[in-house]
Amino acid sequence: MAEFLTTPAGIALILVAQGLLMAIFLLLSAYFLIYADRKVWAAVQMRRGPNVVGAWGILQSGADMLKLVFKEIIVPAGSDKAVFFLAPLASFFLAIAAWAVVPLNEGWELSNINVAILYVFAVSSLEVYGVIMGGWASNSKYPFLGSLRSAAQMISYEVSIGLIIIGVILSTGSMNFGDIVRAQDGDYGIFSWYWLPHFPMVFLFFISALAETNRPPFDLPEADSELVAGFQVEYSSTPFLLFMAGELIAVWLMCALTALLFFGGWLSPIPGLPDGPVWMIGKMAFFFFIFAMVKAITPRYRYDQLMRLGWKVFLPMSLAWVVIVAFLAKFEAFGGAYARWAIGG
Amino acid sequence: MSQIDYTRAAKYFLLADFVKGFALGMKYFFAPKATVNYPHEKGPLSPRFRGEHALRRYPNGEERCIACKLCEAVCPAQAITIDAEPRDDGSRRTTRYDIDMTKCIYCGFCQEACPVDAIVEGPNFEFSTETREELFYNKEKLLENGDRWESEIARNLEMDAPYR
Repeated sequence: MAEFLTTPAGIALILVAQGLLMAIFLLLSAYFLIYADRKVWAAVQMRRGPNVVGAWGILQSGADMLKLVFKEIIVPAGSDKAVFFLAPLASFFLAIAAWAVVPLNEGWELSNINVAILYVFAVSSLEVYGVIMGGWASNSKYPFLGSLRSAAQMISYEVSIGLIIIGVILSTGSMNFGDIVRAQDGDYGIFSWYWLPHFPMVFLFFISALAETNRPPFDLPEADSELVAGFQVEYSSTPFLLFMAGELIAVWLMCALTALLFFGGWLSPIPGLPDGPVWMIGKMAFFFFIFAMVKAITPRYRYDQLMRLGWKVFLPMSLAWVVIVAFLAKFEAFGGAYARWAIGG
Repeated sequence: MSQIDYTRAAKYFLLADFVKGFALGMKYFFAPKATVNYPHEKGPLSPRFRGEHALRRYPNGEERCIACKLCEAVCPAQAITIDAEPRDDGSRRTTRYDIDMTKCIYCGFCQEACPVDAIVEGPNFEFSTETREELFYNKEKLLENGDRWESEIARNLEMDAPYR
């Protein structure tokens, strides 16, 4: 058996099994994320949220999923059929594909590549294609408007996300997630992580992540009050489900990135306690909670405010931060807090 | 050159509004829920609540309605239809007492008009049906309602009596 696993077929089998495991983890997360999202939102509004289907309503997501799957798929008469169905598939599979390099623990990643961050951003940038294709192929005006808004928004905020991440890469000297997390391992637990030296960028990253994943208060592509549902207007049944699942998995990815880049990934916040995937999942769950709270407490941005924030506030700030970090790293300021590669941290 | 409001700028960059909103959100997050778990829990009802109609009987089983048709006359939606004939014992009673519950606006005028407290609106509000026809109530259905809800109706009338 052990011998078989070293043959090409055996290695392929292991890869497929690992991929399946990751996909199952992601789908299960999406299942519980939507439940948690609804519960948090309900709690802030003094409601109970789903509590009838199964114990504490835990089966509500499953019931909704089944409902969507059994609904009729309506294809608009003037739509481009192939692109119409390609869009939700692209959105869903790209959201899952980005997870190929995300580690949940030391070495727990499908593929340990040295340009992991570049890969994640390449793939999550492609997600905008799902939105554009969906809006265009619907051959309808509101979806098209929604998809244009969405495309402009996602691209604008990717610029500042990219610049924010350059700061982290400069401090680490590597684009590998494992290296980034190991660089945050220090004697002071939670205070060794990057959120402290990169303090203002944590907020910028989080807000950009909200915009990047089209979450409230930047849910203009879906803006129910003006655009009905943006690029999803003409979608029903399973394609709609794929869009929603893709969106949730993208949100979960952003939670994972926040945890990995700024909050030490699987490292324990208290020195002495063992590190492990529990910390990683716990941090991701915490950031998702913040995502859900933001949805509950903030009103939607106007479109020009969104663009102003992206191009006139975030872009200059993150650009300036790149320069500052570069200097601090070069001269190993603050005991090398910005140059972990230099002090071997 | 206009003056820069530094306090406002500082609040903007420190996300003061967001922090405030988050604190308020967390306050309500742990506040008691306002939801009533409806089919399992129900809100309180006033004794004056105007729900489904019922025709009442006297304790000896005789129906109260004397076919004076005041309710039919007062009904603003004209939902009530009454036919009447003298019975063999000479007393005047209805042969037909229909209420079209789809027309009824639940104003309670029939109950106000009734001199013998025969037609009343009881506390029941869960009488939805799957067909329209089931909502055309006849005398039999109304008397059955009266028998079923008599204890609640009698108690509500008693509680409301001091205010009439």
